Amino acid sequence: MGIFTTVSNRVAAKVPRSLWRDLKEVLKPDQLILDESGRRAYETDALTAYKVMPLAVIMPETTEEVAAVAEIAHRYSIPLVPRGAGTSLAGGAVPIETAIVLCLSRMNKIIDIDYTNRTATVEAGVTNLAISQAVDRDGYFYAPDPSSQLACTIAGNIAMNSGGAHCLKYGVTTHNLLAVKMVTADGQVLEFGGSFFDPIGYDFLSLIAGSEGGLGIVTEATVMLRSKPEGARPILLGFDDIDAAGDCVAEIIGEGIIPVAIEFMDRPAIKVCEEFAGAGYPLDVEALLLIEVEGSDEEIDAALQQILRIASKFNPSHKRIATSAEEAATIWHGRKSAFGAMGRISEYLCMDGVIPLSKLSTVLEKISEICKSYKFEVANIFHAGDGNLHPLIMYDANKPGEIERVEKCGAEILELCVLAGGCITGEHGVGIEKRDLMPLQFDTLDFDNQMRIKQLFDPDWRLNPNKVFPLKMSQAFQDTGSSLLSEDDA
Amino acid sequence: MKTEFTKRQLRNDNLQMANDIFRRCVHCGLCTATCSSYVVAGDERDSPRGRIYMIKEMLETGSAPDASLTHHMDRCLTCLSCMTTCPSGVDYMHLSDLARVEIEKRGPRPFRIRFTRGLLSSVMPYPRRFAVAMSLGRLARPFRPLLKAAGFKELAAMLELVPKRGKQSPEFKGGGVARPRGQQHRRVLLMTGCAQKIVRPAINDASIRLMARQGIEVIVSQDTGCCGALDMHMGRESAAIKHARRNLEAWQALEDEAPLDGIIINASGCGTSVKDYPHLLQNVKGIEEQVAHFSAKVYDISEFLADYNFGMAEQWTDLNVALHLPCSMMHGQKISYQPMQLLQNAGFNIHTLDEAHICCGSAGTYNILQPDIANELGQRKAAHIARVKPDVVATGNLGCLTQMGHHSVYPVVHFVELLDWAYGGPCPDGLEHLQDRVDRLAKTNKRNK
Repeated sequence: MGIFTTVSNRVAAKVPRSLWRDLKEVLKPDQLILDESGRRAYETDALTAYKVMPLAVIMPETTEEVAAVAEIAHRYSIPLVPRGAGTSLAGGAVPIETAIVLCLSRMNKIIDIDYTNRTATVEAGVTNLAISQAVDRDGYFYAPDPSSQLACTIAGNIAMNSGGAHCLKYGVTTHNLLAVKMVTADGQVLEFGGSFFDPIGYDFLSLIAGSEGGLGIVTEATVMLRSKPEGARPILLGFDDIDAAGDCVAEIIGEGIIPVAIEFMDRPAIKVCEEFAGAGYPLDVEALLLIEVEGSDEEIDAALQQILRIASKFNPSHKRIATSAEEAATIWHGRKSAFGAMGRISEYLCMDGVIPLSKLSTVLEKISEICKSYKFEVANIFHAGDGNLHPLIMYDANKPGEIERVEKCGAEILELCVLAGGCITGEHGVGIEKRDLMPLQFDTLDFDNQMRIKQLFDPDWRLNPNKVFPLKMSQAFQDTGSSLLSEDDA
Repeated sequence: MKTEFTKRQLRNDNLQMANDIFRRCVHCGLCTATCSSYVVAGDERDSPRGRIYMIKEMLETGSAPDASLTHHMDRCLTCLSCMTTCPSGVDYMHLSDLARVEIEKRGPRPFRIRFTRGLLSSVMPYPRRFAVAMSLGRLARPFRPLLKAAGFKELAAMLELVPKRGKQSPEFKGGGVARPRGQQHRRVLLMTGCAQKIVRPAINDASIRLMARQGIEVIVSQDTGCCGALDMHMGRESAAIKHARRNLEAWQALEDEAPLDGIIINASGCGTSVKDYPHLLQNVKGIEEQVAHFSAKVYDISEFLADYNFGMAEQWTDLNVALHLPCSMMHGQKISYQPMQLLQNAGFNIHTLDEAHICCGSAGTYNILQPDIANELGQRKAAHIARVKPDVVATGNLGCLTQMGHHSVYPVVHFVELLDWAYGGPCPDGLEHLQDRVDRLAKTNKRNK
């Protein structure tokens, strides 16, 4: 297959041949992808607007192999880009052309399940859903559930500190993570945490969760398992008025009710999801709330009554409580497939801003104004319970200049979120997509402190390079020790 | 996804179709998780998303398929599990068909592989040749290790799959018409499958009896032949079209005698491809109406029988049946509940398998051409079957039947054989050891009455 033929690009020409020889010593031939067509398959993730062909792709099967590759990369000063399933919507797995992609999808074994301590220890490439599936029969599950949970890997979840619909009650990845095994930039294997809640010393786990692969390469994780509730039931509430739906969410939360999930869809989103899943969503409403409560039948009934009572103040035009497990599954299937189903009608850019709940209806109104000013259609589908918005801005990727325009539109929306007292990313991470928007949120002092931490773990800035921090600022920091830009650069 | 075709390229119908397919794909990656080759290989290039991306590059640049694309397309099982998963409705089936045609024409393949593919294409669709090959295969079976050692792992895999001779004499030999005893109310044609009528003719016998008992006249025609699936999956489009046209002519001749109520298929792999004739034959001018007319009459036997009231089973068994729906049924034809419902109505206890959406590794000629992944998938399926510990495994396609029979210790039959047995037919081949238990149950039931 010509696996070890010379890489035919100008970057590879600058790499000493001994690099390939050294890699070959620690890897089997089918673990190293060098041919152009093979590398191309790894040039992008779920944000295809950005693509860069890597120098090579390596598919390690053990922590030791990851460490060996990291050690070699350290010696040759080669950047490393860790990749799970490549489902990032922020370009988290997009490489640079001098980097080697470390694809961990073959590390997909569940190492240990410990019901006494309610933990699962898994390899980095195990998918989010596979953990829940492995313990389902015994009545347990892993709580964070990003929409891509079918495919996305646990290490990717840790990198982006992923959330999901059910995080309203159970928290995001960091709240469900107990330990990680992590390979450092120079190939050491470190372990953080244990199968207990309160680790001794600094809480490094919280630092690693959400570090977007910039501090180390996670190869193993121990996560928390939870008992499945006795039952769970979603309810659908349709409104003729977006404001009413937004206010209804705010009041439900305001009354101290914490459902497992509150999901919001507007009219365009409802239509797309219904066409795909046939979940019975009402097509004649402006906003649809999908609220799920769980517990015993009595608890569920009580919570639903309370929610219905609050909702009635906002005149919902549609009310439906799922009556069977199948019905509940279809209702969720529609919501979870939303992003992909959107592809049926258009390309889209998926935003990930967060706002305080109290601002929901005003922000939604402004989002629609912003998109209108750019002449883009927008569909809103998001976790309303925690104020995590996902406006999907539809655009035509084949039309020249559209990608730049849609990014500008997106930036305005994120700026709006920050002004409303929120932030630019809820759960998708910064990646490439939002790195230059970070100054909306942080000042130079914030950046300096964050970059000092990054530099501590990764002194040569070789791990998942060019992500998270604004390019110019991270360059300035590497050159001068401060992210403060000179006047020419700013 | 963004595409980069020129206006001139888009005047080509195939490229226009491909462009529409690419534009639907948002590269979300959900398909990777349920892809039968990705779950084994864990490699983007062995996933639908990776293949789509590589095909896009090939078509956009107009370059010939390279070794990498050829290798990874060949490793695709065409189970179409990705199409069930894909929320964007990306038509991977027709895109991969297109790529395969391109690869077959211009792709680099070693002689060994080309030879094996040629052999399969010129033998399997022709029952007489196939019967001879099976006899030869039985003689050659002991030489498998030699072939493997000599690097002919595909030929070795082929011999591995040659079944030992069972009681194979078919009840309904050759062509003919099975007329129901009572009143006849429908007339159908049964497509008997090229390999099926040689390897396990009992499936056709059972299908005929089952339908005739319901007042259906069943025609088996010598003039119909291979559905074309085998050639289509190998990218031999013109051969596939030839097979399809021959079938159309045979159907037309039968329809000229008297109206046909259905073209019944009991090998779901064939069903997927026959139902796709309108696409396969889209460029053959002047037969559009004929194709549409007949393709509306194509049914998997489980679909056709789903509305029938079979009444009480003649013998009510307490058998535990692990049901494996073939990918061609579940993903290719979106048939989900009919086989289970029919079996349950006939008194069987149905158990579904974990990872039911993943292929058993048979996938037409895949277990011959890609023995490594096929074996791993076969063992995986066998492990899921073992967890259920069934009395028998039921499926709806000969390929799966052979593959699972090879990897699992549990007997595997076609679901029509179980149905036929329950409604008065003979005990299926390989389940003789269960007949006693069923008889005992019948006696107890009688006593209790």
